[in-house]
Amino acid sequence: MSPRGKTRTLALAATAALALMLSACAPGSEAPAPSAPQSGATIEKDVAKMGEQTLTVWDQEVRGGQNEQMTKLNAAFEAKYPNITIKRNSQSFEDLGKTLRLALSGTDAPDVVQANNARNTMGAFVKAGQLLPLDDWAKAYGWTDRYPASVLKYSQYSTDGTTFGAGSVYGLPQVGEVVGVFYSKKKLESLGLEVPADWAAFEAAIATAKEKGETPLLLGNIEKWPAGHVFGPIQGAKVPAEAIEKLGFGNAGASWTSGENQAAAQTLADWSAKGYFNKGVNGTDYDAAWQKLTKGEGVFLMGGSWMAADLADAMGEDVGFFAPPATAGQGAHTTGGTGLPFTVTAKTGNADLAAAYIDFITNKDAMKVLADTGNLPVLDTAAHAPASGVLKDVYTAFESVTTDGVLLPYLDYATPTMGDTLGDSLQGLLDGRIDAKAFTEAMEADYAGFTQGQ
Amino acid sequence: MRALPRASSGPGTPGRHTARQGRAITPYLFIAPAFIIYAAFMLYPLARAVHLSLYDWDGLSLATFVGAGNYTDILSDTRLRAAFGHAGAFIFFYAVLPCGIGLVLAAVLTRAKARGLALFRTLVFLPQVIAMVVVSVAFKQIYAPDGLLNTVLRSIGLDSLTRAWLGDYVFSLPAVGLIGSWVSTGLVTVLLLAGMARIPTELFEAARLDGAGAVREFIYIIVPSVRAELTVALTLTIVASLKTFDLIYMTTSGGPGSSTTVPSYEVYRRAFETGQVGSAAAIGVTLTIIIFLVTLAVNRISERGA
Repeated sequence: MSPRGKTRTLALAATAALALMLSACAPGSEAPAPSAPQSGATIEKDVAKMGEQTLTVWDQEVRGGQNEQMTKLNAAFEAKYPNITIKRNSQSFEDLGKTLRLALSGTDAPDVVQANNARNTMGAFVKAGQLLPLDDWAKAYGWTDRYPASVLKYSQYSTDGTTFGAGSVYGLPQVGEVVGVFYSKKKLESLGLEVPADWAAFEAAIATAKEKGETPLLLGNIEKWPAGHVFGPIQGAKVPAEAIEKLGFGNAGASWTSGENQAAAQTLADWSAKGYFNKGVNGTDYDAAWQKLTKGEGVFLMGGSWMAADLADAMGEDVGFFAPPATAGQGAHTTGGTGLPFTVTAKTGNADLAAAYIDFITNKDAMKVLADTGNLPVLDTAAHAPASGVLKDVYTAFESVTTDGVLLPYLDYATPTMGDTLGDSLQGLLDGRIDAKAFTEAMEADYAGFTQGQ
Repeated sequence: MRALPRASSGPGTPGRHTARQGRAITPYLFIAPAFIIYAAFMLYPLARAVHLSLYDWDGLSLATFVGAGNYTDILSDTRLRAAFGHAGAFIFFYAVLPCGIGLVLAAVLTRAKARGLALFRTLVFLPQVIAMVVVSVAFKQIYAPDGLLNTVLRSIGLDSLTRAWLGDYVFSLPAVGLIGSWVSTGLVTVLLLAGMARIPTELFEAARLDGAGAVREFIYIIVPSVRAELTVALTLTIVASLKTFDLIYMTTSGGPGSSTTVPSYEVYRRAFETGQVGSAAAIGVTLTIIIFLVTLAVNRISERGA
C-alpha cells in the first residue's frame, strides 16, 4: 500500500471511529434521574436488626486528630453492632474532591461520603440526584433539634439543587470552623492595647499598632483564597447578615454592588494602601504568614480556627483568638462553617444503615470524642472547651457566633466559579490594581450570572 | 521486508497469490499489539476528549450539546486568551532563551577544552533530574518577600528593586518563566555538546588558517553543524513550555489575578474544580493542536534550512 493510501485509510478509520462516538449517547446520560424524596417509607433505626452488612465510607479525615476520632468512632460503631463491617476509604481533601465525582457516577458508589458543602461539589451532586435527601431520617433521629438552624443550613439544599441553605437536609457535619483574629498576647500588652471588644476597637487597634511601627496584620495570599478570610469578617461587620448569606449561598435576592459591600471592599483596600499588611502579601505563603506571628513579626493574624493547633504548638499561652462583633457584647457575624458533612449516596444499598452511622458519629458521645482528639466539635462546643489556651478562645468564639451571632458562609460557596473570581479580585484589590467598585462589580457579575441562570 | 517473500516465492509459483495476501496483512499483525495499546490509551482518550469538548457538561448530570461553543469561548474569554498568551511567553523562557544560552555555553565548553567537562556537564544537567515540584518549592522560597533574591538585592543596596516576585502583576510571569529557563538550559546544553563533539577539528583548523576568530567559528561552523540537535532541543523545550502545569500549580496558582495562568492549569481547574468538563476538554484539544502545529513548523523550518 502506498504511503498516501495508508494515510487515507487511517484517516477514514479515525473519522469512522469519531462519528461512532459522536452518535453515541451524550456524556452523563448514564447518570440516574434525580430521585424523589422517599417519604412515607418506614425507617429502621435498630442497626442490630439489619443483619450482616458492609458500610463503605469515604472520608477526608486524614490528619492527626481527625484520623484519630474517625478510627475511634468507627471502632465504637463496629463494637456496638458486630453485624456491621465498616470499609473506610480515607483521602486528603484535595484527592477526595477529585475522585468523588467519578465515584458517585460509577456503578460501585460508596454508601456514605464526605462532600464539601459548596455548590460546585455538594450542590452539583444534589442536582445530579446522586445524594439522598435525609429529611425522613432527620425527623426520626431529631437532627433538627440536635443542630442549630444556623449550622444545619450549611448541609441543606432544595432537591433540585437550586437553593442552598434551605430545603432538604443532605448530610451532617462533625466539626465547626470559625474565622477570627489570632494575636500575640505579649505583643498586644507591649503596645498597651486591650483585646478589642468590638469591630471599631479592632480597627483602632490596627491603626495604633501601625503608628507604633509594628506590622498590624499578617497575611500570606499567594494561594489566592486566604484573603477571603480577611474580607469575610470585614464584610460580616459592615453588611447585613441576610445579604451576605444570600451572596454566599448563591441564592438570588442580594447584590454585591450595594453600598455596604463597597464599603467593606474599601476597608480592605485602605488597609492595604496604608501598609497595614506585611509587604508583598500576594507573594507570601499562607504558612509563612502564621509563622511570622509566632516569631513576633506582627500583631494580628486573621484566619480560621484550624490554625489554632499549630499556633498553640509554637506560641503556647502567648496566642489568643477572638471574633470581634459589630457591637460589643453581642455575638459576632463572621465567616465560618462546618467540616465537610457526611452524606448518603443515592446508590447506597442500605440508606437506614448509612443514616444510623451518620447519627452515631454526630451524637453527644461523638462530640466528646471529637473534643478529646483536639477537634472543634460542632455541637455543645463551649461545654467541651479546654480550661485554658487558644483552644478555649476558639471554642468560646464558635459557641458565641453560632448561638448569639451569625455564622456566615464562605463566599466561594456561591457559584462553581466563585473561588476563582473571589481569589483573583481580592489579589487585585490588595495590589491596588482594581478599586472597591471594580471589585464588587466583578463579584456581582459572577453571582448575578449564576443566580439568573438558575 | 518486501524483498523477503519475493525471494522465497518466485513469479508464477502457485503460492504467489496467498503469499501476497499474507504480505498485505503481516506488517499490520506485527504492529497490532502496540497499536491496540496505543489506541486504547492514547487515541481513544483523545477522541473522547474531542467528543466531550462539544458538550456543556459538569461531569455529573446530563450534558447538553453546544457544538463549537466551547471553542469560541476560548477566543472570547479574556482569561483563556491570556492563558494561551502566557504559554506563548513561556516558549521564550523555556525554549528560546535556553537555546541561546545553551549554544554559547556548549560552544565555549567544546572549544575551550576545559578540564572536568564531565563534571560540568553533570552540573548543568542536574535541574532536569530534579522533580519539577521540588524545583518549584525551592524557587518559591527564593522569590519570597524575605527570600534569597530579595536578601541579596538588599545586601548590595538595591532595596528599591525588592518585591514579592511571585505576587507582582508585572514580574510574576518572567519570574516563573526563568525557573523554566533554569530547568531547560541543562537539557539543551547537553544535547548541543553531543552535537558539537562530532564536528571534525580540521574544520576549526581550516577556519583558523583562513583567519576566522571565535565569533566567526561560532556562526559559520558550530551553529550550522548542530542544526539537527537544535531542532530536537527546540521541539522538546517548546512542547514542555506549552504543557507547563506543575510549575504554575506549585508556585502561583495562576496568580496574582490571572497573570500567570496557563492552558494546562485552566484544564485542571475546569475539569476538577469548577465543573466545566466540556470547556476543559476543548482547551486540552486546542492545546494539543497548537503543540502539534508549532512542533511541525519547527521541524519544517529546520528541514528547509538544511
